[in-house]
Amino acid sequence: MNTAISVSGLVKTFGRTRALDGLDLTVSPGEVHGFLGPNGSGKSTTIRVLLGLLRADAGTAELLGGDPWRDATALHRRLAYVPGDVTLWPNLSGGEVIDLLGRLRGGLDPRRRAELLERFELDPRKKGRAYSKGNRQKVALVAALASDAELLILDEPTSGLDPLMEEVFRQCVREERRRGRTVLLSSHILSEVEALCDRVTIIRRGRAVESGTLDELRHLTRTSIQAELARPSDGLAGLAGVHGLEADGARVRFEVDGGRLDEVLRHLVGSGVVSLVSRPPTLEELFLRHYADDLGAEAKAAAR
Amino acid sequence: MTANAGARTLLRLALRRDRVMIPVWVGLLFVLALTVLTGYQGLYSEEAERREFAAGINTNTSLLAFYGPAHAASVGALTAWRLGAAAAVLVSVMSILLVVRHTRAEEEDGRLELVSAGVVGRYAPLTVALGTAFLANLALGLSVTLLLMGEGAAGAVAFGLAWTLTGTFFATVAAVTAQLTGNARVANTIAITLLGAAFLLRAVADSGGANGPTWLSWLSPIGWGQQVRPYAGDRWWVLALPLAGAMLLAALAYSLVARRDLGGGLLPSRPGPAQAAPSLRSPLALAWRLQRGALAAWAAGFAVYGLVFGGTIEGVDELAGDSPSTRDAIARMGGTTDLTNAFLVTAFGLMALTASVYAVQAMLRLRGEEAHGRAEPLLASPVSRVRWAGGHALIALLGTALLLVVGGVTTGLTYGLTSGDLAGAMADAMGGALVQVPAAWVPAGIALALLGPAPRAVAGAWAAIAVFLLLGQVGPLLELDQWAMDLSPFTHVPKLPGAAMAVAPMVWLAVVTAALAAAGLYGLRRRDITA
Repeated sequence: MNTAISVSGLVKTFGRTRALDGLDLTVSPGEVHGFLGPNGSGKSTTIRVLLGLLRADAGTAELLGGDPWRDATALHRRLAYVPGDVTLWPNLSGGEVIDLLGRLRGGLDPRRRAELLERFELDPRKKGRAYSKGNRQKVALVAALASDAELLILDEPTSGLDPLMEEVFRQCVREERRRGRTVLLSSHILSEVEALCDRVTIIRRGRAVESGTLDELRHLTRTSIQAELARPSDGLAGLAGVHGLEADGARVRFEVDGGRLDEVLRHLVGSGVVSLVSRPPTLEELFLRHYADDLGAEAKAAAR
Repeated sequence: MTANAGARTLLRLALRRDRVMIPVWVGLLFVLALTVLTGYQGLYSEEAERREFAAGINTNTSLLAFYGPAHAASVGALTAWRLGAAAAVLVSVMSILLVVRHTRAEEEDGRLELVSAGVVGRYAPLTVALGTAFLANLALGLSVTLLLMGEGAAGAVAFGLAWTLTGTFFATVAAVTAQLTGNARVANTIAITLLGAAFLLRAVADSGGANGPTWLSWLSPIGWGQQVRPYAGDRWWVLALPLAGAMLLAALAYSLVARRDLGGGLLPSRPGPAQAAPSLRSPLALAWRLQRGALAAWAAGFAVYGLVFGGTIEGVDELAGDSPSTRDAIARMGGTTDLTNAFLVTAFGLMALTASVYAVQAMLRLRGEEAHGRAEPLLASPVSRVRWAGGHALIALLGTALLLVVGGVTTGLTYGLTSGDLAGAMADAMGGALVQVPAAWVPAGIALALLGPAPRAVAGAWAAIAVFLLLGQVGPLLELDQWAMDLSPFTHVPKLPGAAMAVAPMVWLAVVTAALAAAGLYGLRRRDITA
């Protein structure tokens, strides 16, 4: 088994909506893989196909060396899942839900359970209907993290958590990685993905548009430059690879494509560099760049 | 009226959400009234026949207990008699379900929170729920009034108003129970238990005939509807009782709304255990945990029903008199010529139909679990779909059998104590109850067969029960062809006690249930799990 998850050309339609449109996704064992995309881009659909809850219309999906639809029950012994929108049984306490889900998976470590309850500051005696959204999320997180599954599938697991709890969650994921577990983390909280993930796949409208390590993705995209020059620079706007130039006398701000950086810096040096700040693109910018195309297309469609 | 701000918009939303549910309920009850009316028009066209039939009713304990006394012998009066008690219960069930659906269920699912944050008064959701229920009852009352117009306008209006106001009264009962608890299912259960108590109270009041404790009927809201006596004096002033009762209960519900938090009930919710009991370790154990409360409530209802009706059986034979047409009418309903046995068969037939309502409800917990997203974490664990569905299916089937056993034992107990032959009574009652089990399973099988491949079509299981109810209640009256009667599983039940025991039809009914269940599980394994 070379991959924990391997999906190619996955298609899933609901009536006339094409939720997944030839999606590719590869997750290697032992990595924390970020799965990024705007709302409605198909993240949850992909995960539910991987869990054998939905049946793909076309394409192949392999999970831990098995077929997620055919071998669902056997595969589920080896994974734990946190849904994006956790609903609990209104008359079961949180502790009962954690124990039930753990036992169905073949038992859970009581020490680890107690430790997680304490770290997440969760009262296990409350009934399901009395928990807030964040606390329902914690119930599902404790149930998943207390298991000894080799693969964790987390669908927007921190929605509803406060910043302190989000930090606890990050620590937990780092510990899981140290133990050699594989994590698929679907999210649209970019700082979380940036902090935790080894590799990232960005999807849009049911297709993967980027996939790779964060460094690889950054290399493919633009660096933002802010510089103060000795004298105003001519011809900067005309250079290939320069975008969004804002010039205020001798101060300039712009973005430059990864491959053109050398050429553009040489041009700046010609004008005398007084100060220079260069910032690699944040994941947010990466993400927005793909998403912006969407917004643009929608605006065009609306204008028609 | 800022407390009711937004009610107009919300009412339109409620009516839109109920655009299928209300017409189906109103349509079903209208068809029930229509078939009863045309049945009597055809069956008892002669005045003398009707007089004899009405006289027979008033000396028959079982008919008195189920339907109350007949006060006149016109076709209109007999139709009102037949629909006045048992059918009024259905009207009330509709009203209860509608009100809880728009109040506590909305609140429990969190949708009311979104709505209440808008420009919506504190009282608006309750006003909308009561308004929706009232409109449904009004539509129902108008449609039966128009239906009965040919038999006399005053009686038709009196009967329509009796249904409308009885339904409205129980709508306000539900409005109060919805304030008491945080759980919609419990709110429904309390309201329907009160409705059952009202029906039993008037059953006891009426079963003794003119010499019985008839005053008890005035304590029962179902009794009020009958006391209006449409086509037999049209006592309009009686309508003031449900009207005043509804206004009082509505006022109580509004004052409770003003006193409590959104999402909370008046009955406090207690904390649960920090750890699960060791037994909570399988899908079946979870299904049992989720369903045991409802099953206990149903079993208690069956026990009360059995105890009360068991006590009215003794003496049926003597009271019925010698009228051949009465004997004929009862035998047609019960299927045997011995009146005591016919009564038992009728009572257990109704009990079995009620048990099948439980069976479908228990089976459809599967759909509720799936639609609320609670099936997902289970199916993402090493639990196969068949094991998950099997747990709830097992409880639905065994629970149905348990209800009929409880009904049989309690009926046999009071029947035996009043007749002095406990062993004989127990054997008759248990036999009569147990033969119904496979038939009561069939609707649950239909529910699973729909839920498997087509989860959005599960309402078809309720439609099936409605058809079986109509066939059983009005089929004999309309003298339908046998093939039509054969569509209902309850037609095939051996008419025990009295008739010969037949094993083959029971085995066939069990096989049909098993085949339906297998088809459902086959479909469930092949489809998407949807929220």
